[in-house]
Amino acid sequence: MSTAAIEIHDLVREFKKGPRAVDGIDLRVESGEVYGFLGPNGAGKSTTVHMLTTLLPPTSGTARVAGHDVVKEGAAVRAAIGAALQEAALDPFLTGREHMKLQTALHGMRGEDGRRRGDSLLERVGLTDAADRKVRGYSGGMKRRLDLALALVHRPRILFLDEPTTGLDPQSRSALWAEVQRLASDRGVTVFLTTQYLEEADVLADRVGIIDHGRIVAEGTPDALKAEIGRPSVEAIPADPANLPRTKEVLARFGEAVAASPKGAAVRLSRGEAQLAEVVRALDAQEIAVEHLQLHAPTLDDVFLAKTGRSLEGAGDGAPEHAAEAAPSEATSPRLVRQEA
Amino acid sequence: MSRASFGSVALAVGWRSVHNYFRNPAMFVPGLMFPLFFFTAFAGGLSRVDSVPGFDYEAGYTAFVYGFVLLQASAFGGIFTGFAIARDFESGFSRRMMLAAPRRSAIVAGYWIPALTRAAFNVAMITVIALAAGLEILGGGLDLLGLYTLALLVNAAAMLFGSGVAMRLRTMQAGPAMQVPAFLALFLAPVWVPYDLLVGWVHAAATVNPITLVLEAGRGFIAGDPVKVLPAFAVTLALAALTVLWARGGLRSAERAG
Amino acid sequence: MSRSALALQVGVVARRSVVRTLRQPAMVVPALLFPLMLLSINSSGLDSATELPGFPTDSYFEFALAIAFVQGALFSANSAGTNVSSDIESGFLARLSLTPLRRVALLLGQLAGILALGLIQALTFLGVGILFGAGIAAGVAGALVIVSLSLLISLGFGCIGAFVALRTGSGEAVQGAFPLLFAALFLSSMALPRDLIETDWFRTVADWNPVSYMLEGIRSLVITGWDGEALALGFACAGGLAALALAATSSALRTRMARA
Repeated sequence: MSTAAIEIHDLVREFKKGPRAVDGIDLRVESGEVYGFLGPNGAGKSTTVHMLTTLLPPTSGTARVAGHDVVKEGAAVRAAIGAALQEAALDPFLTGREHMKLQTALHGMRGEDGRRRGDSLLERVGLTDAADRKVRGYSGGMKRRLDLALALVHRPRILFLDEPTTGLDPQSRSALWAEVQRLASDRGVTVFLTTQYLEEADVLADRVGIIDHGRIVAEGTPDALKAEIGRPSVEAIPADPANLPRTKEVLARFGEAVAASPKGAAVRLSRGEAQLAEVVRALDAQEIAVEHLQLHAPTLDDVFLAKTGRSLEGAGDGAPEHAAEAAPSEATSPRLVRQEA
Repeated sequence: MSRASFGSVALAVGWRSVHNYFRNPAMFVPGLMFPLFFFTAFAGGLSRVDSVPGFDYEAGYTAFVYGFVLLQASAFGGIFTGFAIARDFESGFSRRMMLAAPRRSAIVAGYWIPALTRAAFNVAMITVIALAAGLEILGGGLDLLGLYTLALLVNAAAMLFGSGVAMRLRTMQAGPAMQVPAFLALFLAPVWVPYDLLVGWVHAAATVNPITLVLEAGRGFIAGDPVKVLPAFAVTLALAALTVLWARGGLRSAERAG
Repeated sequence: MSRSALALQVGVVARRSVVRTLRQPAMVVPALLFPLMLLSINSSGLDSATELPGFPTDSYFEFALAIAFVQGALFSANSAGTNVSSDIESGFLARLSLTPLRRVALLLGQLAGILALGLIQALTFLGVGILFGAGIAAGVAGALVIVSLSLLISLGFGCIGAFVALRTGSGEAVQGAFPLLFAALFLSSMALPRDLIETDWFRTVADWNPVSYMLEGIRSLVITGWDGEALALGFACAGGLAALALAATSSALRTRMARA
């Protein structure tokens, strides 16, 4: 029997003045697995990670990481894990190499040993050329990669990544994904990853847990979760907008209505893909010319929608960027997406 | 463009800043604390200095220091408003105001409202404390009118100077560029002892510093013995006029930058 | 953990803390310039105060020199606090919490940054003092004692800054505490010797204010030579403040790094 890398039982965290950030989570991650923890802003993802990495004591419940209790055996847990937390925790006034030197020394690697380890990690994340520049001048993607490299210094068996790609441009994002996949497949590192991006969970995770309001609402492999929702949906846009009501009537015979673009109608097919031909024939019989017809495979967003009644996109709880005075974040965001030189 | 819109823009800008100012202790505490420190530390700690030979000021040392701190609080009220303008530019908030306001000079005029509010609030607090600490004002109503008019002009000049810097540099980093000249102008003057008792380089600096005149005239009003009134008003009005030009240039620079 | 491993940890954290402080000119330059500016303006503007009967020296510059050391220490509080709060805000402290770093190593290492800045300040002020004609009455040994007392004072105020940052986690709170520390300097025997302070309440405050004794300890070495009482009081106040602030900081760090 394989030992679990992470085992959580009825974990709860309450903050003063506020709802339960984490409200009774049970979870098990096997060794070597990549586990994606998916949920909107404020769902409790980071709070869970902080408890699992011993940075925040749980209010109640138990959690074992690498076989050690996070409350009673914190030092042993920390020795087994690496973590790259949400804000790339870097000192803007130090260079990449100096960060590496500090981190290796703190993990007890001295002199030549530490230097070699640091250099190889910097090379691995593609920062060799930028190693002697101050972190202040790094792009968002470079900071995340350095953060990841620092988390790997002591060859952890379990890696926690808290929203590793939030705010990154697509190119930096896929570079980071590739690195995480390599770690999991080549080194057998267990990865616990939180994300608010469906695509990220879909690409990276062996298994996904969906968290909302501090509770896990669904869990399984991405394929199994999607299969649970099961059937694909079909969307039709009539060539003549006046035919939209009739299009809706026709489609309604094949399943329940789901969200569609303003000019079209969509239904979840009650008997699956095989119905597509029938749909086309039915529309033809009614002499409705169709400009666009598309079959949508179920996505994790459909899973989230089915489990919570809301769509994951935009389900965040009033993140500050939606506030009226958005100027400061607008002013800083271009720096985050800047292409690396 | 009607006149009413100038006034309404100025009022809107002013209301927002005043509102922010009183809701945010980090903004009003330093502006108040520093003049207050100076007053307590020097009126309390240094009062023996008025027995140095050659120190003749009839109203006493507390009034002597009050004259300086009044000027300091008025100037700081203006300078700290410059900080607020710089912050607005950094956050992009000013851009929104610049887009919305038909006459942009109204924005600058609007910023004078918080500058004046700050100064008035600080001066009121300091006056209350000074009176409790035994401040004696020997001057009459007309003297006081002269004193506070001078303070008002200094406040306007400081605010215009600060806004000129803020609109040119448009970043919070501009703080020292506003603060340091104001500090130097205020302190290279007869702060703790009369001009005749200054020695060395501060004496030389105070000789050419126009603030020396303003300070001496202000203290004259407090003592009921007005001195150098005309030169002091001439200097303050000239400063105000120069800083209007400076601020206008700043506004042009901000407009060019978009 | 072995003693050498602890020393290694202190070393790397100290190095980082010193490097970080010295790479921020915005932190170093004002901490040197402002005390010198005040010293220069004060000594020229208040020189006539030396004519007061009972004033201990005929150079106000010599009298005011001590202020620079304490004022410099107030800047240490500000920079230590700012550094710690930005470590908290950026999550850097959380990263360190995940390493086997010991709390005492982190604390000692952070203090190294404070002391490095304090040493630069003390040597600069001492150099400027001597260059502009302040004779150090207690001689070369006295100058060394001035530097060590000044470091102790920097340590105390620096820990206060770090404490505020650890308790609040906010750079704004550190900036907010700065004027309060200044009040402690202003309400002391900064501008005149205590026996020449006329206002009763002010003299009482200055008598109870430990900053008065820190100033007088340094001042005695500059003006009068070796004065056992002034030095004992100066070191006791500075040492007491440093010990209290260090204990408070250590406990705040324990709470902040609440890990199992």
